[in-house]
Amino acid sequence: MHNKKILRSTTTLITGLLIFLLVGCSGGENNVTTGNQDGILHWGNGTDPQELDPHIVTGIPEHHILTALLEGLVAKDPATLEPIPAVAQQWNISNDGKTYTFQLRRNAVWSNGDPVTAHDFAWSWWRALQPALGNQYAYMLFPIKNSEAYAKGEIDDFSQVGVKVLGDYTLKVELTNATPYFLQLLDHYSMFPVHRATIEKFGNPDERGSLWTRPGNFVGNGPFVLKEWKLFKRVNVAKNPQYWDADKVKLNGISFHPIENVTTEERMFRSGQLHHTASIPIDKVAIYKKDKPHQLYTHSYLGNYFYRINTQLPHLNDKRVRQALAMSIDSKQITEQVTKGGEVPAYTFTPPDTLGYSAKPSFEFNPEKAWQLLAEAGYPNGKDFPVTELLYNTSEGHRKIAVAIQQMWNKYLGVNIILNNQDWKVYLDSVNNSDYTIARAGWIGDYVDPNTFLNMWVKDGGNNRTGWSNSRYDELILKLAPKTIDRNERYKLMAEAEAILLEDMPIIPIYIYNSKSLVHPSLKGLKPNILNYSLYKNLSLDPSLSGVKLN
Amino acid sequence: MFRFISSRLLQAIPVLLVVITATFFLVRAAPGGPFSAEKAVPPEVIKALEAQYKLDQPVWQQYLSYLNDLVHGEFGPSFRYPGRTVNELIVGGLPITAELALYAMLVAIIIGVSAGVFSALKPNTPQDYLPMSAAMIGICMPSFLMGPLLVLIFGIWLEWLPVSGWGDLPGDKILPAITLGSGYAAFLARLSRGGMLEVMSQDYIRTARAKGLPEWVVVLKHGLRGGLIPVVAFLGPAFAGLLSGSFVVETIFQIPGLGRFYVQAAFNRDYTMILGTTVFFATLIILFNLLSDIIAVWINPKLRHQIQGGR
Repeated sequence: MHNKKILRSTTTLITGLLIFLLVGCSGGENNVTTGNQDGILHWGNGTDPQELDPHIVTGIPEHHILTALLEGLVAKDPATLEPIPAVAQQWNISNDGKTYTFQLRRNAVWSNGDPVTAHDFAWSWWRALQPALGNQYAYMLFPIKNSEAYAKGEIDDFSQVGVKVLGDYTLKVELTNATPYFLQLLDHYSMFPVHRATIEKFGNPDERGSLWTRPGNFVGNGPFVLKEWKLFKRVNVAKNPQYWDADKVKLNGISFHPIENVTTEERMFRSGQLHHTASIPIDKVAIYKKDKPHQLYTHSYLGNYFYRINTQLPHLNDKRVRQALAMSIDSKQITEQVTKGGEVPAYTFTPPDTLGYSAKPSFEFNPEKAWQLLAEAGYPNGKDFPVTELLYNTSEGHRKIAVAIQQMWNKYLGVNIILNNQDWKVYLDSVNNSDYTIARAGWIGDYVDPNTFLNMWVKDGGNNRTGWSNSRYDELILKLAPKTIDRNERYKLMAEAEAILLEDMPIIPIYIYNSKSLVHPSLKGLKPNILNYSLYKNLSLDPSLSGVKLN
Repeated sequence: MFRFISSRLLQAIPVLLVVITATFFLVRAAPGGPFSAEKAVPPEVIKALEAQYKLDQPVWQQYLSYLNDLVHGEFGPSFRYPGRTVNELIVGGLPITAELALYAMLVAIIIGVSAGVFSALKPNTPQDYLPMSAAMIGICMPSFLMGPLLVLIFGIWLEWLPVSGWGDLPGDKILPAITLGSGYAAFLARLSRGGMLEVMSQDYIRTARAKGLPEWVVVLKHGLRGGLIPVVAFLGPAFAGLLSGSFVVETIFQIPGLGRFYVQAAFNRDYTMILGTTVFFATLIILFNLLSDIIAVWINPKLRHQIQGGR
């Protein structure tokens, strides 16, 4: 039969295709091996950077790239998070804690050879505060005298803002209040200097998205320079030979890989394409813990997972109801059986030991007391408790936690909760407009100080969104603490405020975040800290460890 | 033929206008704006941003100025990527997505058509059941399962192929092309089997056989031409579907293509990007449908006579 011929040709075609597939092998060449030879670090960087303009961006991936490209007055020691000299060689703080005088190092230069001077910082901060630029992190500069009024357009004379150039290498900064965490803010990208001549060459200083941030145009003062920026593919930076501390920079470059999907990222790590991942899929944590603990890198993170309660609703306006809800959540069970990533159950809002500050836990898991409180509030055994909705943004992780808590509330209090998930932007809209009953939330501190966790709960604070307020709380946070210079005294006031917050319970803390990533053994110099902050100039690669088996 | 094409192109204009208008007002009706974030954005910053992107103007004015920009071929600036225009993002992503779609199409045609023809030669025998069952599995298996499965086998266990990327490492285009193409291959297999079965029972095939032509000439020359008409009709929409539907595969394999923008833009409420990609894909779908109609006319004598007769 001729069918045989057709059969033969078809099979030949299919086998040919298979051979074509199999011959195209990659042969074991991977980023880690070549990177270790060439000194190039391959870094999983989460979502794609929106921009590389430090006065426009808002995210953590951008933060990583910008700390490689730019440098502020002061940096942090990754091990202790205490300030260390960067562009500023030294600084003096006046006795009242309100005036900082920075002496800039004379050997700091931009990547085009221009010196980095006090004028650069004054101009950059002027730019960061321009209202038309739409800088969402302008508030990081607000401790500086009159900067808030300037950013809001209430005054238009920048000379009234507390930034004074005393000489090419001397910068004086006046603050409204003694702000003990001011030095902490200086390595946030919103405080980074930008190169004036470059920005002016490509557009107006307050223009969003001019071309100055493109490779070839970008002029920075950090340990690395921008080489390549391929959207959704990678951002490559190379060592900056002009950098004042270039002798200490061990890497020749970093390749930042934007990978939105954590599962893809983990596969890339396993096949040797990354030295460091931004995250790890939840269900892989246990496997790595058991089989490859030396590749799993986890530590506490300056952020927390909590539920907001809409206190404007009649049944949730009663403090006892909110306390009952909090006390019937077994957060230990949630961290051990649901999240399973080494998170710590939270009984305070500020993560424990935030630069020496620890609030006193004022509630605990106590279902009997919770039941009693709810009965006192008029809902014995959850009888007549209004239909209550628990809102979260669509995600498998949030859903699992919500289901666990729904069951706990039903079991210990007898109340029925309806779960509702919404797409991220819809969820934000609902929470912002107080169109929710109870809503899942998360908060990452901007700097290491209890203030970043506590000042959000003042009356009408943009991030409060619970309708709760307390006049003593506002007094402590807005008036008394900012005027107190002594750290312990200040922490005492903060602790008093936090005790009020936890007594009134407009929020229910659930757990403290944990940062989790996978690290190839050849990457050296990482220091765990609660900001998940790394100084790229301290990192190095050890080629002798390239061949470690990852599978 | 010219009249056929030009009338189809004219019909496309109102279709596109409806797509633009519906999308424009729907994205604005969706709750949550492009600038909302977990950390509250101060009102003065929101105001500055809205002014920058002309969102402070009345909606009808925004609509008219958008239409005006479109006529000039401008999709506007992206809200999510401040330094980029939508045109720039589409131009950057399109070649990659098109290349991926092309390879996927090749995979689909080679595997699909040969499996379909192969089965049709001996209907209702194991030679038919085996490829058709495989095709059924292919249709049922979604790419978010197929992709990771292929990666696990060929990328991680066997270490033959890269697990992700596009054009960085040799062979990294193979797994994405197969993942994206396999669903369509299965579909094509069923279509070409059906087409072939119908054609192979026609009189002219019997005539060809009676003339004593070798069987492979009968199948490849006389059978295929008629048997593939349903396949050809499907190719246009399929190619448009491959272009706009590559989101999952692009995410799994970390490919910087257009499919990802399309879906991410909706999540980010990047108004101009949503509109730009929607309009772009709508145009592509219209064009590819037209193209497959033209090919169908060219390949199918019956249709050709109808159009010429209609003159």
